Amino acid sequence: MSEAPLLSVQALTKRFGARVACRDVAFELWPGEVLGIVGESGSGKTTLLNCVAGRHAPEVGAVTYESAAYGLVDVHRLSEARRRLLGRTEWGFINQDARDGLRMTVSAGANIGERLMAVGARHYGDIRGTAQEWLQRVEIETDRLDDRPTTWSGGMRQRLQIARNLVSKPRLVLMDEPTGGLDVSVQARILDLLRGLVDTLQLSAVLVTHDLGVARLLTHRLMVMQGGRVVEEGLTDQVLDDPQHAYTQMLVASVLPV
Amino acid sequence: MLPALRVSGLTKSFVIHAHGDLALPVLRDVTLAVSPGECLALVGPSGAGKSTLLRSLYGNYRPDAGSIRIGHGDGWVEMVRAAPRTVLDVRRRTLGFVSQFLRVIPRVGTLDVVAEPALRHGMGRAEARRRAESLLARLNVPVRLWSLPPATFSGGEQQRINIARSLIVDYPILLLDEPTASLDPANRDGVVELIRQRRDDGTAIVGIFHDPAVRDLLANRVLNVALPGTSVGVLA
Repeated sequence: MSEAPLLSVQALTKRFGARVACRDVAFELWPGEVLGIVGESGSGKTTLLNCVAGRHAPEVGAVTYESAAYGLVDVHRLSEARRRLLGRTEWGFINQDARDGLRMTVSAGANIGERLMAVGARHYGDIRGTAQEWLQRVEIETDRLDDRPTTWSGGMRQRLQIARNLVSKPRLVLMDEPTGGLDVSVQARILDLLRGLVDTLQLSAVLVTHDLGVARLLTHRLMVMQGGRVVEEGLTDQVLDDPQHAYTQMLVASVLPV
Repeated sequence: MLPALRVSGLTKSFVIHAHGDLALPVLRDVTLAVSPGECLALVGPSGAGKSTLLRSLYGNYRPDAGSIRIGHGDGWVEMVRAAPRTVLDVRRRTLGFVSQFLRVIPRVGTLDVVAEPALRHGMGRAEARRRAESLLARLNVPVRLWSLPPATFSGGEQQRINIARSLIVDYPILLLDEPTASLDPANRDGVVELIRQRRDDGTAIVGIFHDPAVRDLLANRVLNVALPGTSVGVLA
């Protein structure tokens, strides 16, 4: 077990006008750990993820990250340039809609290659080779390397977004409903893919989802949010099998069996 | 010999908020200790709290009060209110659990399902695969099934895969929830023999065995969970 957390969120509060989206949220993420944030739409989980990523500035609180390149940094005190650089090198962000995370006007190979160049790759042949390797890893035919993803299905685009994010071996991956809006068979394939990659790459990740089945499959630990507050947290199987808070009990009891 | 597992004053109730915060007390002041090489059988009628006790020992249920100490590495770990990463480390290296049902994962083949805990424990891929194959063979799971995901297998086949998955690592402590419930007599005997061997090799075991013949073959002691202020009975 490692000695220091990779990510630490302290007393974070974020308002939009009069509405409080996140209230006094705190957590730590340890290397190799996958933390799930669950709750219904509007519970504040995506806002929290965006605050962690530095996309929203919280009114109160801090997010600190143990960077390989810069040591311990306060995410919201970094210069915009440095935060962008971190976002392309040490971090990955997987959006629910792959179109928000891909560049739709360039080829699949370029989408993957761009991240590699951000971490210093310069040799065209190597970049192309690695991009091909990653297409295979996410189960996309390598002859699609020069395609633009515009004509691709949602599931294929999502797999490309995963490849683009993971090719540079990020230390921290933030995921916002990575399987939301996809058919269940496509969902199963992506979950299986993510599960394998999390294990083999020893990824640390924060995963936002409203799907408790996805949370059960991918996360070690869960935080349950309601109305911007964390109402319950613990080991994933503890929270799902022995829920304590009324809201968590309601969420768990609302899952339809098949 | 020092016990592998010590429980004292363990108390657990379930509070159902949707029904006016209805409280269901299940365990009250349970105390027990299990030593290496010993098998403790939990007995009592359905609903007495046997599974709740087992799941509390695994850190799956969260007790209201009391202590669960587990010999882990060179020291003791208190499982009640332990940090999630501590519980995960204890499960990775010390504590195995055979549940009644296999939780299947879409698209993952049987051999990989079985090998997974060994890989997580740090075993090499080739060695984990070899152990998974030998356990599946010993448990009579047909070779033609090994590459398939177990979702469509029979209850008995899934149960044996579950057992193989939990026995692939030599955990010092094993928790067994009805490991032979859905097995035919021949397969039941194979599983009992495998567990008996682990016990004789020094594994500490806590189990629920509804079949009295299985219980007699495996258990050194029984604990009646239904009795209030539970005491530990000794098997003649």
